[in-house]
Amino acid sequence: MSFHSHIKPGDYLTLSGGIAFTVWITFAVWSGGIADTALIRSGGKVFREVPLSRDQQIEVPGPLGTSIITIEKRKARISSDPSPRQYCVRQGWLQQAGEIAICLPNEVSVELTGGAKKYDSLNY
Amino acid sequence: MRIEASSDDHTSAHINEMRGKSPRPSNPNPKSSILLDTTPEDHHIARMTAVALGLTVLENAIPSPLPGVKPGLANIITLIVLARYGWRAAAWVSLLRVLAGSLLFGNFLAPGFFLSLSGAACSLAVLALSLHLPQRWFGPVTDSILAAFAHIAGQMAIVYLWLIPHSGIAYLIPVFATAALVFGTVNGLIAASFMDKTKTAPDDARERSKEYEK
Repeated sequence: MSFHSHIKPGDYLTLSGGIAFTVWITFAVWSGGIADTALIRSGGKVFREVPLSRDQQIEVPGPLGTSIITIEKRKARISSDPSPRQYCVRQGWLQQAGEIAICLPNEVSVELTGGAKKYDSLNY
Repeated sequence: MRIEASSDDHTSAHINEMRGKSPRPSNPNPKSSILLDTTPEDHHIARMTAVALGLTVLENAIPSPLPGVKPGLANIITLIVLARYGWRAAAWVSLLRVLAGSLLFGNFLAPGFFLSLSGAACSLAVLALSLHLPQRWFGPVTDSILAAFAHIAGQMAIVYLWLIPHSGIAYLIPVFATAALVFGTVNGLIAASFMDKTKTAPDDARERSKEYEK
């Protein structure tokens, strides 16, 4: 059975338009914003807001001890934390805007921000 | 629509009326308690809605990977009604299908109902516009794709404004857009091939549409 006979020329136009729109919106939504700032919170308050452009290590005090946040090559991670299960350390490098690593026991978090969009995996 | 308490001698009159052969009877059955005057168009719309409902039930048996990603088979009926009987009849069939479908599945006035309603309303709005595209170049496939995108747009609007007011749902847009593209195209092709096949067949539907104008 041939479907071509049922398609009019303009339908191909609509179909290509639909494909272009779908591809465009997929890239627009899923590529994520480019992160330029790391927002470090401690005990629910903003501790520091640092640009990702400069490599550095930041020590953040919390109720259990000191968490160490490393910023390197426009990426950020929590490299050391006194929390017992080390979830935030094992999460590894954060690169895209909206990504976040949270050490609940030590009440320290790092969130990458930048661009206009701010999505995060918690509210997903 | 007619709701009757008894059914015996008026059955044949009822069937004739459904076929649109007889003028509407004033009151064929004096025993009947509630009688609403109906036109052949009403019956036709009801029948089309019933077919659309059948497809909705069929579709609900198909497992879906994500809520909201459905083929929307009932829209094939909407497309056919649109092409043959115009926008008004299509709107009736589409909205009645949403209402009756929600009663059938027990989600009347539940979030799912409003999602369907919003999707259907947006689709109909877009179809009203796409009807004005030149018929020579654009067929049911175009209508279907445009309506499918309008459908997800309407649903996403409800989801965002009411159910999940968070920009995180934007992550799902590519999934829904892809589904709209694929299912919109497939439904449009089905509708187009059905109409091409039945174009030359003796079409009592066409006669009926003439009858509307009387």
